[in-house]
Amino acid sequence: MTTSTTSTASTASTASTASTATTAETAKAQSDQTPPGKSPSGKSPSGAATPSGAAGTSVAVGAAAQVRRRRRLSPGRRLPASRLVGPLLFLALWAAASAAGQLDPAAVPAPWTVLETGVRLWTDGTLPTDILTSLRRAGAGFAIGLTAGIALALASGLSRTGEALIDGTVQLNRAIPTLGLIPLFILWLGIGETFKIAIIAIVVYIPIYLNTHAALAGIDTRFVELAEVQGLSRFRFIREIVIPGALPGFFVGLRLGVTGSWLGLVVLEQINATNGLGYLMFQAQNYGQSDVILVGLVVYGIFGLVSDSAVRLIERRVLSWRRTLSS
Amino acid sequence: MATHTEQLTATGAAATVTAERTAVRLRGLTRSFEGRAVLDGIDLDIPAGQFVALLGHSGSGKSTLLRAVAGLDHEVAGSGGLTAPQRVSVVFQDSRLLPWRRVLDNVLLGTEGEEKGRAALAEVGLKGRERAWPNELSGGEAQRAALARSLVREPELLLADEPFGALDALTRIRMHALLRELWERHRPSVLLVTHDVDEAIVLADRVLVLEHGRIGLDLTIDRPHPRTYRDPLLGEYRERLLAALGVTEAPESAAEAPGRAPSTAVTAADHQ
Repeated sequence: MTTSTTSTASTASTASTASTATTAETAKAQSDQTPPGKSPSGKSPSGAATPSGAAGTSVAVGAAAQVRRRRRLSPGRRLPASRLVGPLLFLALWAAASAAGQLDPAAVPAPWTVLETGVRLWTDGTLPTDILTSLRRAGAGFAIGLTAGIALALASGLSRTGEALIDGTVQLNRAIPTLGLIPLFILWLGIGETFKIAIIAIVVYIPIYLNTHAALAGIDTRFVELAEVQGLSRFRFIREIVIPGALPGFFVGLRLGVTGSWLGLVVLEQINATNGLGYLMFQAQNYGQSDVILVGLVVYGIFGLVSDSAVRLIERRVLSWRRTLSS
Repeated sequence: MATHTEQLTATGAAATVTAERTAVRLRGLTRSFEGRAVLDGIDLDIPAGQFVALLGHSGSGKSTLLRAVAGLDHEVAGSGGLTAPQRVSVVFQDSRLLPWRRVLDNVLLGTEGEEKGRAALAEVGLKGRERAWPNELSGGEAQRAALARSLVREPELLLADEPFGALDALTRIRMHALLRELWERHRPSVLLVTHDVDEAIVLADRVLVLEHGRIGLDLTIDRPHPRTYRDPLLGEYRERLLAALGVTEAPESAAEAPGRAPSTAVTAADHQ
């Protein structure tokens, strides 16, 4: 009984593997050992019996099992909530060290002290006022910088005259560290709000301009040709091809600009300010209130995170056609 | 010299056959890059509704000619007379779909009329994919969409620059049938630039070979459609065209120039 199954199965395997080059060799060797219908009864070699026990289809499976998986070189699947792991671990270490009394409370107050200070500053009204002032500054500077960045990028990206006038000038502006302009701007604009907003606007407009301009200049010439063939007007060409094509670059600039506006704010509010988050932290430094400084930093951090996430959300909405690429 | 007479007779024949409308008329068309004449005084008439394939080696000026007819050669030095119809569509080697527009919006680029766009998509077999993003299409589907985009404008002249060059062999065969079918339904004049002799023979009613900036051979292929590669008469056309391209299929008998023999053999193998 066993012998008959063995012989039929091995014939079947020869036929089924004839097409696959790798297994054909093995199957041939097996069929040589056990010729169809003449398999030695009871002396069937164990090596031949294993593949023949299962029918023809299993030959392919058996062959696949022989292929050793390659060593994976990519880092593999992402851990769940992986972005939170590092910060949470840091927080836990900080709390543990504070609780164990390993940290000087004057230099590094405990997390709960920072939280208490935050709540206190919020309820007595100082923190909301300062946050509002900071937001207003950053918002105004950002709005101006955004408008200027877009307008200049369009003017310089869409016309050769505009490029000749604008691009070199902006590149020059970029070479000068913007924060180095602070003394000059104070002399020109006074020490009030105007100079702060102006500096933030400059910090914001540069990355927006650079990235948008590069994206506009980098519009695929094949698409330009297509627009010509399709008989698009200049206006429609700009609206339907140039601007959507430049949007990914613009969003890179936008994210850098948003981050830049907060960065500028931190520095500016420590110079000659009478309110705002930076001022709060500066005062705290004078009085040795490290907990207040940490509250300020946390608020800055939250602002940075929220605004960046907001931009990313908008980006994902607007560039929804790109999602198919990453999937 | 022989090619020259051939060209003259062929042009004369075309003129008598269609005393009607001429879609494309080239007179002494010259285009040169950096002083080198890529097109060297080309005279050509394409009657309205004719399906013409343009063959040539890479660098022979096929695309230059097509781009000149399409009016896309902005900064190329040249002279000569050139008339082409009002409504011209171009299909490129890449589908050139805008990735940020859905398929239907791509088809309608530069025109209006959603219904026309849907009809064109249905005609190329992409019904139901109107809302897809171009990234979601396969190479063949993308090229179908590009065909739909060119159709929607109801072109009098369809210029195709190696439109199937980037497709796999199976898809290419299907696209050949589709293109021919669309041509039969809409009857635009077609100028199909290709380096594939078989593609030219199977599709076109007239095949031109561009050589040294001139039309070296102007061959009318008078065989019924649909054509297959197995048609023995097409084999004769094939040999004539390959000969005009300087390719001989049997490398032993090639020997026009001893130094070039191996390279022509390679080219012949490419075409098989």
